Amino acid sequence: MESQAAEVLPRIPATRIDAAAADRRRYMRIVEHVIEGWVRLTALSAILVIFLIFVFVGKEALPLLWEHPEPGLEHEVVTLDNLLGPTHYPDRPSRFVWQPVSNVPKYNLAPLIVGTLKTTIIAVLFASPLAILAAILSSEFAPRWLREIIKPTIELLAGIPSVVLGFFALIVLASWLQEALGLRFRLNALNAGLALGLTVIPIIFTVAEDALTAVPKSYREASLALGANRWETATKIVVPAALPGIFAGVVLGFGRAVGETMIVLMASGNAATTTPWITDSVRTLSATVAAELGEVVFGSPHYRVLFLIGVILFVFTFVVNLVGDLWVQRLKASLEGSRA
Amino acid sequence: MNHRTRSNAIGVAFLALCGVATFLIIAMLAVVLGQIIWHGLPGLSLEFLSAAPSQGMRSGGIFPAIFGTFALVVLMTLAVVPMGVLTSIYLVEYSRPGSRFARFVNQAVNNLAGVPSIVFGLFGLGFFVRFVGSSIDQVAFGGQLVFGQPAILWAALTLALLTLPVVIVTTTEALRAVPVNAREASLALGATKWQTISRVVLPQCTAGVLTGAILAVSRGAGEVAPIMFTGAAYFLPSLPTQLNDQFMELGYHIYVMSTQSPNVEETKPVLFATVFVLLALTFALNATAIGVRSRFRQGLRPSDG
Repeated sequence: MESQAAEVLPRIPATRIDAAAADRRRYMRIVEHVIEGWVRLTALSAILVIFLIFVFVGKEALPLLWEHPEPGLEHEVVTLDNLLGPTHYPDRPSRFVWQPVSNVPKYNLAPLIVGTLKTTIIAVLFASPLAILAAILSSEFAPRWLREIIKPTIELLAGIPSVVLGFFALIVLASWLQEALGLRFRLNALNAGLALGLTVIPIIFTVAEDALTAVPKSYREASLALGANRWETATKIVVPAALPGIFAGVVLGFGRAVGETMIVLMASGNAATTTPWITDSVRTLSATVAAELGEVVFGSPHYRVLFLIGVILFVFTFVVNLVGDLWVQRLKASLEGSRA
Repeated sequence: MNHRTRSNAIGVAFLALCGVATFLIIAMLAVVLGQIIWHGLPGLSLEFLSAAPSQGMRSGGIFPAIFGTFALVVLMTLAVVPMGVLTSIYLVEYSRPGSRFARFVNQAVNNLAGVPSIVFGLFGLGFFVRFVGSSIDQVAFGGQLVFGQPAILWAALTLALLTLPVVIVTTTEALRAVPVNAREASLALGATKWQTISRVVLPQCTAGVLTGAILAVSRGAGEVAPIMFTGAAYFLPSLPTQLNDQFMELGYHIYVMSTQSPNVEETKPVLFATVFVLLALTFALNATAIGVRSRFRQGLRPSDG
């Protein structure tokens, strides 16, 4: 029987089988290498994108450094002095002015920075207490059913497009505020800041809640075993342990508020003022880019200054996010360390 | 004893404060949604969803904006999903634990998520329109203006970069949820790494990838700042049919209509109805994503620990 079977099978020398298998193996190895290289390259592109954003936004702003004005347009040149220093008038006191479309364009960033600070500080002051207290309630005290209301609420809030919140602030909130407080300007820093706060709440809540739940159970058990009640445990043990994380949440929320565009563009009134009052209209960095880039001449100093504002926003949020992330990571590492 | 009661009183007060804060957040959300539903719902009709605007946006519908939004997010999805999934595959399947490159990729994704949307708009204009588009025109069209101008393709690609972190985070989570023994079994049977990934791991992650894609679409559909300078237009007589056409979009439509209309009172009903449509669209997408995600989270618990 055995010899018969051997008869039927074609006789292939063992070396040829080995060679075919080796060929196939080699082929598959090459395919694997190509695929792995391709996957790595795609992963690299995530890093590349960050780099490209910096380069290509910066590239449009950079010529500010060496560009010489055309004859007759010397006054249009943008220097560090007129980006940051006040404009001097012969007949009036010096002022900080953003007035890019004018016979003598003025590119002073101070009003825009003041506007940005006003709206974002209002937003963070408004959002932080609400978000942090809600996070403490959710992680320390809330029964399951309540948590199942809080979490989706926050997710819904985070899911509202910013143009919708901007619209709400522009059409509804502004009228309510003006009526309630008797304001002179319908659109102002307060109005924009409050609407901005609604986008900041989910960020602070999420990061703070994450930090609170990362506090090991043993901390709470030890505190309760020593006779502290639940609120004492929450405020004197858990919150202090999670404090760097909560603070990181506030920082990340601030970073988000600085970059947010549509809300401030629609709800702040867009007047480039430097007054300290929160009920005056303001113009922010982000809103300035959004409002003016559409009408600007390619390559003009105004165009370049708008990209410079883009660079400022990019670098600022980049640093803020990096710091916030590092804090959260360090906190988590230290809490994990103490768990062991 | 006295100390105890005082401490308890402070505790109750603190708890009440937490409750008030939480209630305020929920109430504010309810007010925003309530206003939009209350004023937006009456303006809604089949005609509104299927007709083009007429009489300077005061009547007619918003079909071109809905179509434009749809086309935009489809193009965006085609770009962002492959890129996001491959990056996640690298992070979960290929990178060695503690790899410095993987840490950089992670940090880059994190930072990308924090880049302001207006900066994406500037980047889209500076990179896609002015650099890539103009280069294509130089090389392929002899300097004729074809791709070197704002277009739906450039807007979609800009949005794809903005939503990349969403897809990566969700897909990475889904990949991590696939049990290690599934991979080990496949490799032990002689399958190569890529065969294991493409035929064993990825099929178990469809729900996760889908969740990421839906969340990306919901995020992308609501963004206005990145598309303002890269392709969106307020009014166009025809729908976009080419990759280099401009397009109308819901969010941009809301922005221009509410800030640049000569008479906001008159356009208010149309405006509220448009906002309602955009909001309903994003919420429906988010709800779907949450549903799909909870299913894959339940379905992929490691069975035997």
